[in-house]
Amino acid sequence: MSDIIKIKEEYLNKLSEVSDLKQINQIKSELFGKSGKISNEFKKIGSLNSEERKGISSQLNATKSELQNFIEKKIKDIEINEINSKLKNEKVDVTLPERSFSRGKIHPVSQVIDEISSIFSEIGFSVEEGPDVENEYNNFTALNTPENHPARDMHDTFYLDKNKEILLRTHTSPVQVRTMLQGKPPFKIIAPGRTYRSDSDQTHAPMFHQVEGLHIDKNINMSHLKGCLNYFIKEFFEVDKIRMRFRPSHFPFTEPSAEVDIGYELKDGKIIIGEGDKWLEILGCGMVHPNVLRNVKVDPSKFQGYAFGIGIDRLAMLKYGINDLRAFFETDYRWLSHFGFDPLDVPSSYRGLSR
Amino acid sequence: MKFTIGWLKDHLETKLNDSKIIDRLTNIGLEVESFNSQPSELDQFLIAKIVSSEKHPNADRLKVCEVDIGKNENVKVVCGAPNAKENLITIYAPPGAVIPKNQMKLSVSKIRGVTSYGMLCSEAELKLSNESNGITELSTNKYKSKIGKNYFSNKAAKVVDLSITPNRADCLGVKGIARDLAAAGSGKLRKKNLVRIKFYGSQNLRVKITKEKNQGCSIFGSLLIKDVKNQESPKWLKDKLLAIGQKPISAIVDITNYVMLDLNRPLHAYDADKIDTEIIVRNSKKGESFEALDNKKYVLDENMCVITDKSGILGLGGIIGGTRSATEFKTKNILLESAYFYPKSIRTTSRSLGIDTDAKHRFERGIDPNSIEEGLFVAAELIQKICGGTISKKNIETVERFKQHKISFPITKFQSITGLKASEKVVTKILDSLGFKVKKKKNILDLIVPSWRPDIEQEIDIVEEIARLIGYDKIATELPKKVRIKPTLNKQQRLFHFLQRSVASKGYLETVTWSFTDSKINNLFKEEKKEIEIVNPISSDLNVLRSSIFSNLIFYLKKNLERDFKDISMFEIGPIFTGSKPGEQEIVLGALKCGLASRLNWIEKERKLDVFDAKRDLIQTLCEIGLDQNIIKVDNKTPNYYHPGKSGVIYQDSLNKVPIAFFGEIHPNILQKAELKTDALVIFEIFLDRIKFQKEKLKDIKSKFQYSDFQKSERDFAFVIDKNFKVQELIKIISEVDKDLIKDIRVFDLYEGENIDKDKKSVALNVTIQSSQKSLTDDDLNKLNKLIISNVENKTGAKLRS
Repeated sequence: MSDIIKIKEEYLNKLSEVSDLKQINQIKSELFGKSGKISNEFKKIGSLNSEERKGISSQLNATKSELQNFIEKKIKDIEINEINSKLKNEKVDVTLPERSFSRGKIHPVSQVIDEISSIFSEIGFSVEEGPDVENEYNNFTALNTPENHPARDMHDTFYLDKNKEILLRTHTSPVQVRTMLQGKPPFKIIAPGRTYRSDSDQTHAPMFHQVEGLHIDKNINMSHLKGCLNYFIKEFFEVDKIRMRFRPSHFPFTEPSAEVDIGYELKDGKIIIGEGDKWLEILGCGMVHPNVLRNVKVDPSKFQGYAFGIGIDRLAMLKYGINDLRAFFETDYRWLSHFGFDPLDVPSSYRGLSR
Repeated sequence: MKFTIGWLKDHLETKLNDSKIIDRLTNIGLEVESFNSQPSELDQFLIAKIVSSEKHPNADRLKVCEVDIGKNENVKVVCGAPNAKENLITIYAPPGAVIPKNQMKLSVSKIRGVTSYGMLCSEAELKLSNESNGITELSTNKYKSKIGKNYFSNKAAKVVDLSITPNRADCLGVKGIARDLAAAGSGKLRKKNLVRIKFYGSQNLRVKITKEKNQGCSIFGSLLIKDVKNQESPKWLKDKLLAIGQKPISAIVDITNYVMLDLNRPLHAYDADKIDTEIIVRNSKKGESFEALDNKKYVLDENMCVITDKSGILGLGGIIGGTRSATEFKTKNILLESAYFYPKSIRTTSRSLGIDTDAKHRFERGIDPNSIEEGLFVAAELIQKICGGTISKKNIETVERFKQHKISFPITKFQSITGLKASEKVVTKILDSLGFKVKKKKNILDLIVPSWRPDIEQEIDIVEEIARLIGYDKIATELPKKVRIKPTLNKQQRLFHFLQRSVASKGYLETVTWSFTDSKINNLFKEEKKEIEIVNPISSDLNVLRSSIFSNLIFYLKKNLERDFKDISMFEIGPIFTGSKPGEQEIVLGALKCGLASRLNWIEKERKLDVFDAKRDLIQTLCEIGLDQNIIKVDNKTPNYYHPGKSGVIYQDSLNKVPIAFFGEIHPNILQKAELKTDALVIFEIFLDRIKFQKEKLKDIKSKFQYSDFQKSERDFAFVIDKNFKVQELIKIISEVDKDLIKDIRVFDLYEGENIDKDKKSVALNVTIQSSQKSLTDDDLNKLNKLIISNVENKTGAKLRS
């Protein structure tokens, strides 16, 4: 009995003085090894009578776990101390640059196409596409612009053959023709894409982007056209209110036709879209001409609707303050980094159109 | 189309002020481009201040003055005036200005060795007074805040410039514009008194329109005015023309121009004495030629409508007259022509000859065929008034009569198209004031279209007329419903957008370049594809459609390298063209990366980019779009612009023969030919349209989640194998030994060189083994080990490296 207490006290003292793992392991084997002191005490129990045995063994067990716990704790303390002392030498200058990474960017035209698609998606338009190389019929004739029509002068067309039958589309409107020829009404589509005109200066590039819109159904009228574009412009420019003016104009493929102006003001040389007193022409639209519907085998006495065409590059310029159209296509690394968008910034209605 | 408000009021009685008229014009579809005064020569004279005045180094009486003209920089002017002193405010004339007194045009000149830019003016030189002793002295108080402003205010009437759409031929005359405004409720169209002319004799010059196919003229009206005295136009007429920027020539020419601008009725005046015997309107013969009033000689094709006499061609009908029969100041007798030419004929001829004139512009869009007589009489009366003479009776030759166009218009059509209700009364009033004859039959209006509106053909044209004159602003704005019946994007489109962002997220800048390119660069990437030439390219170095994304990407890479960028990653996704028929194109993503990895980096070792950089970005992208890395197959057959030994092709699976992507280092020849200076250039391209997807959606094909918690083991192998044997095959052979147990295979070393035969390589692999049913015993593992070794050795001839 007294042996046990003696052992306990002796070793608790010993332990409280040691400070390295080696010594602790030494103590561990002195106590619990094959002929360790505690092990020996356990061996002695066999020779005791049952009465004594009960008391001693419970005392012995308690002592054993007390010592063991103490040792465990001691080991942990030492380990923590060791880590702490190591840490003193493990300091780096975290202001040094990280391992290298590079940021990719999405071109403003692509970003704006995604913004536009997201807005029109909300009101039920789906996206259609058509080829860049078109025949003269789809680009002009089917769109009520027969040969010798003065309106053909409005488009400086790139041709791929001498007979002027194959060309680079001058607008996205031929997608209307293709879509309507392939399907049955109702149609509710937008068609973004590349378009081409042989024109080149500060505000004209030989290639640019348009988005075509087409909504054909029974009973679609000009008030729906106005509503659709009003919705789109407000959403796109992310403003609550916008001044908008529908001005009569002429396109061979729509009638009545309109050009749409939006209000803006200049603040410190920047264009602010919204309620300013100046007008900015932004798109062309109208009710699809019955001749066009007839050309694509849609009965104009049963179906009618509207179409519009918007310059995508111009929208991007206005929204993001870009001055020079030609810079869009000149692949200047500095320009792309400056005006490009983070690839994770996907425009959507629930996450917001733009940051 | 230009005119002054004053001119407009010749035809329109209105109480509206100028700005209201301008607004109204735009609102009814006659877009106002500008409303300004015609620029005047006097606009050049500026208020200026002498900043300093020093003696001329080589002339005692001259001074060299620094003059502030309101620009960023002062100008230097040599001046002889005794009063040219510092701080004097005076009037400055720049080089190019014309001095009113002597009509001298200034230029930059050296005066005794000192260059003088323009001149400081005296009052006499500006015709302000007779004061010629010294330069003008302006009051400092009044003018000190106006430095750089015009001295003379422009008093010319403001000019409206309309952009008339091609359908509105009728608005190419001031009267037509007035009619439109009147119909919009902005005033009343003035009724002109009928002209009263005393006719003397008949038009005795024979006129004949030949009857032949493609005859471009249907009506030719004419009359003779004899014994005129041609002269300068009176002031009112000159002012009218000058105000809109037209140069007065002579009364006869000015009057024909005036009638054209006023009534949209082009006319032509011939010197009757220069016409040989008769007028014949016929088709030209190939090779005929004449000298036109623009002093150019035109050689004609066949079937162009020409006005001729016995001696040959007098002019191109409706387009341009000839010099041979032109009127002059000494012209005595005039033949006045007022005719109708078919728009199509005018257009074909003017296009093929490249002529654009005011008359052509109008005839091409359609002139009122019923305005022939009015045009003749109005012009003849004016000529007589100004130049005297006697007027003959008219002669009108007609080969095809104008037919009235009729439309039955159901009133409800207007509401169905616009969503706006309009009463029959309003509709009738608008149409009536536009010149329609309107007859009501129940709910239908029977309309006769005015002869000056060739654009009005069907019901929808009537809807537009009513809508634009009531005003588009009256039409409601019906907000759209948020209903979607079809997915916005199809699979292919989603792939496009996904790929675009997937590649960009790996550090590549997206660019957009022309679809056309320089054939010289394109040839480097064209391979066997057809060259697609543009007949009328914007410039000779953008003359073909691109056969590869890299044609432009390489070009712009070079530009950026020249800007001193060294490490560049960029890509474009867009069409390349395989043929010149619509649809012969495919969408390709092309990416390039050049330079060094970890350039000037303190922690990572700098190294040249290589094929495996391109492969990493490509394979990761393909995995992200949903392809299985274990199923795609890599081979080494690549296009000739890739490095033949360091490039690869990707097939969607081992059975597919259509490449979906290429990657690799670029062929060194291309670097050399394109003169690209970079440490390394790697590229990859993905052919979107060739990637096939399962029809099912993710929700239908996502497999059950299965995993194993039994112990994993790893075993390493090193095989010595033929150098040309593809590691991809080796991995496949190993994985097929036991597809259930072998979970992963990694290549952790590749060695060629000492201790290995020259035609061999050593490949070290780490294989992860795990069962989903039990813990594997040493026995199990050893069995599998042996199986792997024997399989590899038997199938490949490799030997386990000892």
